[in-house]
Amino acid sequence: MRRFTQHPYAAVVLLAAIVIAIPLATSTTFYLRIAALVFIFALAVVGLNLLMGFAGQVSLGHAGFFGIGAYAVAVGPTHFAVPSWAALLAGAAIAALLAFLVGRPILKLKGHYLAVATLGLGILIAMVFTNEARFTGGPDGMPVLRLELFGWRARTPLAWYWISGVTLIVGALIAVNLIESPTGRAFRAIHDSETAARTLGIDVARYKLAAFVLSAIYAAVAGAYLALFDALVTPVTAGFLRSIEFVTMAVIGGLGSILGGVVGAAVLVLLPQVLTAFHEYEHVMLGLLMMLFMIFLPAGIVPSLMRLMRGRS
Amino acid sequence: MPEFLQFFFSGLTVGAIYALVAVGFTLIYNASDVINFAQGEFVMLGGMVTFFAAAAGVPLPLAALLAIVVATAVGLLLHRLAIEPARGASAVSLIIITIGASIFLRGISAIVFDKNFHSYPAFAGSEPWKIGGAALLPQSVIVLLGAGAIVVALWAFMTMTLTGKALVATAANRLAARLVGINTGAIVGLAFAVSAAIGAIGGILMTPITLTSYDVGTLLALKGFAAAMLGGMGNPLGAVIGGLAVGLLEAFSAGYISSAYKDAIAFLVILVVLFAMPQGLLGRAAIERV
Amino acid sequence: MSAIAATDVAIAFGGVAAVDGVSFAVEPGEIFAVIGPNGAGKTSLFNIVAGIYPPARGRVALGADDVTGLAPHLLAQRGLSRTFQNLQIFFRMTAAENVMVGRHLHERRALLPHLFALPSVLRQNRATRQKAEELLAFVGLASFADQPAGTMPYGALKRLEIARALATEPKVLLLDEPAAGCNPVETAEVDAVIQKVAASGVAVVLVEHDMKLVMKISSRIHVLDQGRTLAEGTAAEVRANPEVVKVYLGAHA
Repeated sequence: MRRFTQHPYAAVVLLAAIVIAIPLATSTTFYLRIAALVFIFALAVVGLNLLMGFAGQVSLGHAGFFGIGAYAVAVGPTHFAVPSWAALLAGAAIAALLAFLVGRPILKLKGHYLAVATLGLGILIAMVFTNEARFTGGPDGMPVLRLELFGWRARTPLAWYWISGVTLIVGALIAVNLIESPTGRAFRAIHDSETAARTLGIDVARYKLAAFVLSAIYAAVAGAYLALFDALVTPVTAGFLRSIEFVTMAVIGGLGSILGGVVGAAVLVLLPQVLTAFHEYEHVMLGLLMMLFMIFLPAGIVPSLMRLMRGRS
Repeated sequence: MPEFLQFFFSGLTVGAIYALVAVGFTLIYNASDVINFAQGEFVMLGGMVTFFAAAAGVPLPLAALLAIVVATAVGLLLHRLAIEPARGASAVSLIIITIGASIFLRGISAIVFDKNFHSYPAFAGSEPWKIGGAALLPQSVIVLLGAGAIVVALWAFMTMTLTGKALVATAANRLAARLVGINTGAIVGLAFAVSAAIGAIGGILMTPITLTSYDVGTLLALKGFAAAMLGGMGNPLGAVIGGLAVGLLEAFSAGYISSAYKDAIAFLVILVVLFAMPQGLLGRAAIERV
Repeated sequence: MSAIAATDVAIAFGGVAAVDGVSFAVEPGEIFAVIGPNGAGKTSLFNIVAGIYPPARGRVALGADDVTGLAPHLLAQRGLSRTFQNLQIFFRMTAAENVMVGRHLHERRALLPHLFALPSVLRQNRATRQKAEELLAFVGLASFADQPAGTMPYGALKRLEIARALATEPKVLLLDEPAAGCNPVETAEVDAVIQKVAASGVAVVLVEHDMKLVMKISSRIHVLDQGRTLAEGTAAEVRANPEVVKVYLGAHA
């Protein structure tokens, strides 16, 4: 069992098992919908984890990329008669391009300077969505046309459960592949000591940029999925609070752990569901969670659990 | 000309508030290397507590005093319960903690108070004065004078009192300060308390002009941070200059370019400063030693 | 030509000449030590050669290439590797992974194959791992392969850094106080490793305070004082030099 859990692809196998198992256990559309939401957010967090947990950078503005994906599938079909799947690809491409252009200067910064620069970037993106009402519908957002593939419309929670679940598995697979490759080792080296990484011939700037661009693509795809699933997009989806939610999911679940991203997403998606009666307490709980975890369990849920298991055996 | 003057007055006024937030950031950052994103919530508490206390029958001056006390207490609690236990955590962890605190305080505020906008009567009447064709609110003058007084008082405190000097020493070199017997833990707590009080006063003074609500804190914190960065993170004079600069930039660009993107100015400032001159106007460039 | 050569290198900080016209050349297989009292300019000279900052005047050459002022990652590409006085180990990675990172220059780095775990990537991973294990064995750390570096003893970490630096297949290895903070047992282990490295044909340049180590293993010793060359020669020659004795070795001989 121990050797299995230490195998890098264990997380992906476990994830696949979960995705397959849930619809066998329940057909309640409400639960499937929740699960789909968890998978969608988890996808964004897996990408963010590559940047934060592995490459050791920080982004407090990732909802900006998420929002680019979301608005791409809203604006494309509605205003430019582009089919949704093409708009999704376009959204991912735009997010990647923006990350590429802005990434080089931004990633020269470190620590809280980098945090605030990304924060500023995210907020600027959200402001564009809020203000360019002619295209984006302004603060109230706009409806999103359903994804249509070969005449079939992706409408039901079950459909999106599978779409998001499979995409998450693929995304996790790619992430693990990356981590177990020279690029992944370069990320981790940069995280632990940029200085040493340089003396070993690693082009630090290039790899930081790669992590940034990749994580932007993950976020954009996730954002597009959410918009298509909800059939609605508002600037909130690209806002500061959402960026913070992503970071909280990554940190709570455990930075540097693929499974941690999924766990973190689950915690934060399920929380409002559990607290439906106490809807106003959402922010109080989120803030409390963030503080408590960073103070008492900074390693996150999954790494802490694994350490516990290793300690016992 | 009247337009220009109008933007100038409003820019200066809001800039004074940003300056107070930035000074608060700087105090805490200097004493503990923590970037306190909950700084804006102190401003929020200043206005909100004053309004609700006054609405409950407390005379306005006392309500304002109560607000300062409440904010100070919150600042001390923040330090004691959230920052102290996490000492030694990474810069990013601390940022997440203070952002969490800010979200937490905002959520509590929404529940304890409400989600509406509030205000109370200006302190010296609400008839604007006409100067050069532009309207200047008496409250604006109060804001500027108040902010100025606070900065001067802070400067006097730091240069002329023993506790103030201990604060400066802690900011310069925490270990050395400990070695000469300064209780740096208490000093950092003091920094939080003073920052909270300053923020609250800013909130109290600005509410008659800008109104207050449970979520004014977020944007204020971010803009105050932009101001602190522009002036040079860690430099109190820079914080004041930065605050006024951001306020003026905001007012002029809102007036002459586009008011929709008014709030974007501060973030553009952040990005430009970070890319072009990370040490800000008055700061020193950071050196990384291997 | 020499594996590494510095010619008339100089740099000043705040008006004070830290290094003032120093020249040396090291051949493959040599262990070349740079010593001197505190403030002699050893660290500044080391940093210039390691590419941390360029000299104000003078040249540094690796073989036939002029590498003056090149940044560390470019120097690494040209066959220069180094260790750090205060350990820049990748603490979150295992010993083997640390050394595997050192193989970066010899791996195919295109991103797309990495995303999809193509057979070529998997084969390369195995080869990299193999090489890492060989290097760990070379420095006597074979048993630590899958141990997180953060849990390894200090002396072992010093040797791990050397193994990692060797993974780039350098022609020149710069060692920044390799025995600093080591107890006699650890120093002996580092000493043995350094000799093995030189025996394999690498030119080793070390800055070191531990005189016993320096005297024991160095092919030649270069003595600095106040930024200038005071003497250069074998251990015996340097020890016998009255200038050196006066300035430095009196307390240590």
